[in-house]
Amino acid sequence: MDQSIYRSHILICGGTGCVSSGCKEVRSSLEEELAERDLVNEIKVIETGCHGFCEKGPLMIVYPEGVFYCKVQPEDMEEVVEEHILKGKVVERLLYTDPTTGENIPSYQEIDFYKKQQRTALINCGYIDPEEIKEYIATGGYEAIGKALTEMTPQEVIDEVKESGLRGRGGGGFPTGLKWQFASDAEGDKKYVICNADEGDPGAFMDRSILEGDPHVLIEGMILAAYAVGADEGYVYVRAEYPLAIKRLRVALEQAEENGLLGENLFGTDFSFKLRIKEGAGAFVCGEETALMASIEGERGMPRPRPPFPAEKGLWGKPTNINNVETYANVPAIIKEGAEAYKQVGTEGSTGTKVFALTGKINNTGLAEVPMGITMREIIYDIGGGINEGKEFKAVQIGGPSGGCLPEDKLDLTIDYDSLLEVGAMMGSGGLVVMDEDTCMVDVARFFLDFTQSESCGKCTPCRIGTKQMLDILERITVGEGQEGDIELLERLAENIKSTSLCGLGQTAPNPVLSTLRYFRDEYEAHIYEQTCPAGACEELLGAYVIDGEACVGCTVCTEACPVDAIAGEAKEEHLIDEDACIACGACVDKCPVDAITQ
Amino acid sequence: MKSLEELKELRERFQKDLRVRKASDKPKVIVGMDSCGIDAGAREILKKALTEISQRDLDVVVTQTACIGECDNEPTVTVDLPNEPKIVYGDVTVDKVEKIIVDHVVEGNIVKDLVVAELNE
Repeated sequence: MDQSIYRSHILICGGTGCVSSGCKEVRSSLEEELAERDLVNEIKVIETGCHGFCEKGPLMIVYPEGVFYCKVQPEDMEEVVEEHILKGKVVERLLYTDPTTGENIPSYQEIDFYKKQQRTALINCGYIDPEEIKEYIATGGYEAIGKALTEMTPQEVIDEVKESGLRGRGGGGFPTGLKWQFASDAEGDKKYVICNADEGDPGAFMDRSILEGDPHVLIEGMILAAYAVGADEGYVYVRAEYPLAIKRLRVALEQAEENGLLGENLFGTDFSFKLRIKEGAGAFVCGEETALMASIEGERGMPRPRPPFPAEKGLWGKPTNINNVETYANVPAIIKEGAEAYKQVGTEGSTGTKVFALTGKINNTGLAEVPMGITMREIIYDIGGGINEGKEFKAVQIGGPSGGCLPEDKLDLTIDYDSLLEVGAMMGSGGLVVMDEDTCMVDVARFFLDFTQSESCGKCTPCRIGTKQMLDILERITVGEGQEGDIELLERLAENIKSTSLCGLGQTAPNPVLSTLRYFRDEYEAHIYEQTCPAGACEELLGAYVIDGEACVGCTVCTEACPVDAIAGEAKEEHLIDEDACIACGACVDKCPVDAITQ
Repeated sequence: MKSLEELKELRERFQKDLRVRKASDKPKVIVGMDSCGIDAGAREILKKALTEISQRDLDVVVTQTACIGECDNEPTVTVDLPNEPKIVYGDVTVDKVEKIIVDHVVEGNIVKDLVVAELNE
């Protein structure tokens, strides 16, 4: 029998999220079951990149039916093979159940999480085998660079990217075509292109997913940039904490070289391009472009003043173009389908799509690619499935440590680069951290500042000392030692740090503090003037718990729940909490069957 | 890679391997594979159908179904062409599979003497 024709393909998500939830074991179990029933020549098992719905992983899709199974376990495989693969009966209990209707949904396109998504950068993620260049080519891969090299001049490529309106997906949103123009116009016998894959924002993993799920699209995007600006060498700077991404990218580079898609005289032209991987050691500041280039050069990862910008004097002093992973991943579609088609999606000032990583107190954590101009409410409620445990939404943090927190009344804001800046946040790389009523906004600001403070490289004074001062103030506020004037001092420090820091890390570090002050100032005031934490999150500000003697039934559940043995009392008698020993952890409150414990 | 044409030829070739993942509007050959079908020899029918389809390089989905209530006539093969009623063939043998695929799937002529049901949806 022809080995290449299979009647069914079973796709198992092999992104980092599903690897953690056990997809490797699922795959081995599946392969055993298939072998046992002599099905290996009929059924092909493919490990793909991230499919996005990490909350429900490990994920599995069975083609040709397109049946979507979630949270699959190794022990489920016998039933899947026996019932579905052999007999054609869908295993209902493994389907996704719609939380509102309670109905099982067999096809992923019908699931709310996917319905509002529109995929450009992630189009192949979860659909193809990332370690098989044939599958990328089968989707029309490398045809954009083939077309560019044989039918377009470098300037025509730049013009097409300019016309598409593509803006940088890594943070600031600078127009990509314009950046390429600068690098192209710069004089130099040697030029470089670099991909910034040093994704470091807490909770963000869109770049990792592209590297893991569709590495060739990044390679193709970078070749296009190299051709456009006149570079013959490139680097992908990717953090060493992404071992799976690095492995798949390495396989992809080898396969591209073997197929003559990287190297000398591509598509019979005189254009040649060499691409290398540089593993970063995980310093957050190395996501800043000048620090990143210093790191590639073997120097300590520290930024330098701009100008000169990398387009003029970049890696080893040569003109260099730097974009992030998602930006490059959009380029092949622009060249293949044309700028006009690309612009049909999104808003006038922000074209195309954006990938967001949904994390925090949200039901559907995962990765979602949506058209620009969608509202935050649609992302959080329609795609994200709303807030965990039916709690109230409080805020969403967008743009990582450089971004800001937006409150409930900003949920209907349409998401694009400019509207986010207006309200004190930023697109950033697209990390969305959702917070519920139990989250203290002062504590959130302290958390993000703690992150940037420890990642500050120390080169410039405002960032090194200023963020430390701000952090000290926030820490004392959260333990109830805030002083009158602290808020004003924070604001003054924030403005100074923003306007005088050397690089983007310092210039944006105060943003989480400023945006929480803007929208949740009353919480700061409650901490400082009333020594209370309205969200009940700052432990030092919580009073001890007390038991209402009338309501207590003496069941002893609370004494067992208490981690510090602060509750005393005989069975069937009233219990008492030792206020000095109580650490206000709330463990007893959750367990009390008659709600007799209050603060 | 020497030219865009070479790449496009490769795409054509590799796309065949991915056909099964884009199955929605394609012709389907569906083999009854519930216990009744398997007992009557449906596994061999399915393998034969798959071989016939791949040898002829047809863009046709070969898939399986649970019991369709024709247990007396198993093994069954259902041919589902776009915009046409589904035709169920009964008591199918390995030799008859070839005839069904050549006559019905390729030529579009229903093999009348083997039909046990017609399903309109």
